[in-house]
Amino acid sequence: MAKKRIISTSINGDSVEFLAAPRQTLLEVLREDLDLIGTKEGCSNGNCGACTVILDGRPVDSCLVLAVEVEGSEVETIEGVAPTDGLHVIQDAFLGQAALQCGICTPGFIMSTKALLEENASPTEDEIRFHLAGNLCRCTGYDKIVRAVQQAAEGETN
Amino acid sequence: MPRVHIPAPARDLTGGEVDVEVEASSVRRLIGALDSRFPGFADRVLEEGELKPGLRVAIDGHISPMGVLARLETDSQVHFLAAIGGG
Amino acid sequence: MASVEERQFRVEPFPGGTPGNQRLVEEGRLPEYAVVGTRPIRHDGTDKVTGRARYGADIKLSGLLQGYVLRSPHAHARIVSIDTSKAAAVPGVHAVCTNADLPSASHRAGDLGEGVVDWYHLNQNVLANDKVLYTGHAVAAVAADSVHVAEEAAKLIEVEYEVLPPVLDVREARSADAPVLNDDVRTDRQPVGEQGDTPTNVAKHFHYEKGDVDTAFAAAELVVEREFTTETVHQGYIEPHTATALWSPDGKITIWTSTQGSFMIRMQVAELLNVPSSKVKVVPMEIGGGFGGKIAVYLQPVAAVLSRMSGRPVKLNMDRSNVFDATGPTPGSYMKVKIGVDADGMITAGEAELLFEAGAFPGSPINPGCMCVFACYDVPNGRIDGYDICVNKPRSNAYRAPGSTHVALATETIVDEICEAQGICPVEFRLKNAVKEGDERVDGVTYPPVGMWETIKAVELSDHWQSPLEGPHQGRGIASGFWFNFGGNSVVAATVNEDGTVSLIEGSTDIGGTRASISMQLAEILGIAAEDVTPTVVDTDSIGYTDVTGGSRTTHATGLAAIKAAEDIQAQLRQRAAILWDVDAEQVEYDSGATLTGPDGQSIGFQEIAGKLNQTGGPVVGRGSVNADKHGGAFGTHIADVEVDPDTGKVQVIRYTVVQDVGTAIHPSYVEGQMQGGAAQGIGWAINEEYYYGDDGRLHNASFLDYRIPTCYDLPDIETIIVEVPNPGHPFGVRGVGEVPIVPPPAAIANAIYQATGARLRSLPMSPPKVLHELLAADQ
Repeated sequence: MAKKRIISTSINGDSVEFLAAPRQTLLEVLREDLDLIGTKEGCSNGNCGACTVILDGRPVDSCLVLAVEVEGSEVETIEGVAPTDGLHVIQDAFLGQAALQCGICTPGFIMSTKALLEENASPTEDEIRFHLAGNLCRCTGYDKIVRAVQQAAEGETN
Repeated sequence: MPRVHIPAPARDLTGGEVDVEVEASSVRRLIGALDSRFPGFADRVLEEGELKPGLRVAIDGHISPMGVLARLETDSQVHFLAAIGGG
Repeated sequence: MASVEERQFRVEPFPGGTPGNQRLVEEGRLPEYAVVGTRPIRHDGTDKVTGRARYGADIKLSGLLQGYVLRSPHAHARIVSIDTSKAAAVPGVHAVCTNADLPSASHRAGDLGEGVVDWYHLNQNVLANDKVLYTGHAVAAVAADSVHVAEEAAKLIEVEYEVLPPVLDVREARSADAPVLNDDVRTDRQPVGEQGDTPTNVAKHFHYEKGDVDTAFAAAELVVEREFTTETVHQGYIEPHTATALWSPDGKITIWTSTQGSFMIRMQVAELLNVPSSKVKVVPMEIGGGFGGKIAVYLQPVAAVLSRMSGRPVKLNMDRSNVFDATGPTPGSYMKVKIGVDADGMITAGEAELLFEAGAFPGSPINPGCMCVFACYDVPNGRIDGYDICVNKPRSNAYRAPGSTHVALATETIVDEICEAQGICPVEFRLKNAVKEGDERVDGVTYPPVGMWETIKAVELSDHWQSPLEGPHQGRGIASGFWFNFGGNSVVAATVNEDGTVSLIEGSTDIGGTRASISMQLAEILGIAAEDVTPTVVDTDSIGYTDVTGGSRTTHATGLAAIKAAEDIQAQLRQRAAILWDVDAEQVEYDSGATLTGPDGQSIGFQEIAGKLNQTGGPVVGRGSVNADKHGGAFGTHIADVEVDPDTGKVQVIRYTVVQDVGTAIHPSYVEGQMQGGAAQGIGWAINEEYYYGDDGRLHNASFLDYRIPTCYDLPDIETIIVEVPNPGHPFGVRGVGEVPIVPPPAAIANAIYQATGARLRSLPMSPPKVLHELLAADQ
């Protein structure tokens, strides 16, 4: 295998250096080497969104990003969403609306929702559903997830 | 007297009888009584003295966790069913 | 007591829900609970929204090796030889195993509570021995320093196959000249029948008869007989299978895994590895969905063997294509169903021939299919034949109300045809024919109090049913469904803490919020807040035997255990108060306000007495252990509105309502969640999901791209109407809720498509090519 490289990046606001082989995905490095296990692996080929992180402000499937690509970038993961005291309004809304059952897709949905609301603070339901179509959930049927995003959007604009 | 519903594939042993009344205070005794009346019945339902793996007995519509040890009342309705798996 | 038709009902919003969450309420009857029926935040919620909850693949251990499983490229082949030497020689590889490293198994039947397994077949499924029976069938496994090294090494394992012709269709598989998958399989006639004597793919034949079906059909006013097919469909849980095992030098095996049943895993691992079950400890991690697919073992025994061979802990994860190829989807099927009615639209006779794919080894849910096919209606004369048939596909496994969705497609669309032919409203037909307490199913079992009729009443009263459709190419359909639910073994232990909170331990892994509903039931009995209960799901060494989280059993049975634990605590607290007041315990009462009162006006609250336990005899621990048997079946009726694109055949679900009898909704939000989630799976099954096989038996769409489950954008809001016909077998009336909602959707949508287009589809999925084909055929 090719030699590992040193990658310097910012993760959740902290400067982080890690070693990565060229073949490793960002998802793998986050989970295996950086102990950031909140980002989940559902399919490994970019179809389920469980591995969603925010990379330089854009939501991406981290299983489709090579770890070496994030040199110099800013990565936000689920671990960085909550403020130092309490929960983010999106996390609060997911709990209040019972928008999770098994919870495996929840980190990915919260990241996609965060990216959506940062771009569009008052999305319509159609915009919410369209924007979240890259995140699969098999437990909820999505209804309560949409309610949670709507609640979070109202919380942020109040 | 407890009443037993004979599953269709076992009616070859009972000459076509579907609902049979049997005096018995427990499922074990019920099976013994059925076997006396319809030889071969016990071999179909028991393995080493217990209900065969996957076979259940329902009493008054509820699958009994006690199997052959279940007690019967005078008006008990008994069914032999294959276990059902959920998901 | 007035007959069910005379009672007054209305549909209204369910308190605490969003506008689409409703309930059926009976005039003059509203149960009053303090905690049951409220919506507290679930206890494990914070960890799950912050990414701290640890699922199976998140476990880290020092010295952990990663594994990789080599799988068969052929659907049917004899294994001539396996040479692992080159793989074992790769630097970084610590162990390579095949079936030869498992103890040999015999054809004994293991009773897994909800079903039977043949240990020999399970041994073969975990790692193939003389034959591979589906593409993806596990053949060997490697443990190495990293998953990449393990994968590279696995490619060096040399397997010589003698390829055999595969059989992929149930009707072909049962013909006499079909290739036989398993030489040891004989047709088992059930229930209580005899066994056949020739090798066959027809592993089981279930036969049920009631009354005189032939005479009844001959006398019927109208008889409708139709054939149906469905394709293999997967549960689609987002979390792939994972297992980490450590085989210690003292012989203790610890397994960390995501599972629906820790004790099930323990039993299977102990049996397959030929060790006492006390030597196996299963630690359940959080689980990312199961739906029935995470009850059988796949990776756990293999990880354990690799650990034994390497002396290190070993983690095995499946990737998504492995999950599709080589776990336990629900069968494809062929069904022929016939229903006869009299001139008034009352069903007089029903007949069904059902063929289900078992997959590689026997064990499809053909029996529940047989028992559910006519379960919603009072059918006086019936004959049902069901066949469990082996084909070269992964061995099927449970998927949410297994078998019931298949047969509901048949019955509920035939009912729709009968309604049209006789000019009867589908709601009216169901109200007339709905089963009630005391009615007898074709398999002979009679119903306890059930809510089929009430769900139809709720449909009739619903805003959805009363709202007209607005546009062209739109149609509305309804369909009903049934599931038995399950009781089984559960244990709860609960300790009273000195601050008046209660720590509860249980063995039911929490897939959908059951920690909350179990805690709420304990809290209700004790009169404390749900937030004052701290629930923990513990491993198999820490709690008594508990059956699976599945089968719609958890809220009922583990809840019942929690209730018993709470009552045990109450009894012990009454004794402690008696000690404090120097009276007899019989003179102490525990009221609904969590207050104990004595004969002379003494009074002490729960929180206060909790601080006095050590000095009155020691800590108070309540326990409850049940093998629940009065679980009560559940019915659901759904309303589907669809719009069909006449140019592409695409079916869009534009409005959907789930009506379901839940007995009593402990936590309405999670009950609604089960209803909505099950419906969404049923909708995917109805219009898009299928396994697509090539003639060589290779699965072509083993990814979420091509096995496309519904996304957020595919679905409308899913409205819910909770019906509560209490189950007399539970103190709060709980019925299982998790499985019924997947049963009605395909039939409801098929009926809606007919209304929209005039085309009757009888083959799932009703995907665009198939719908378009029917539309174009009708045009000609």
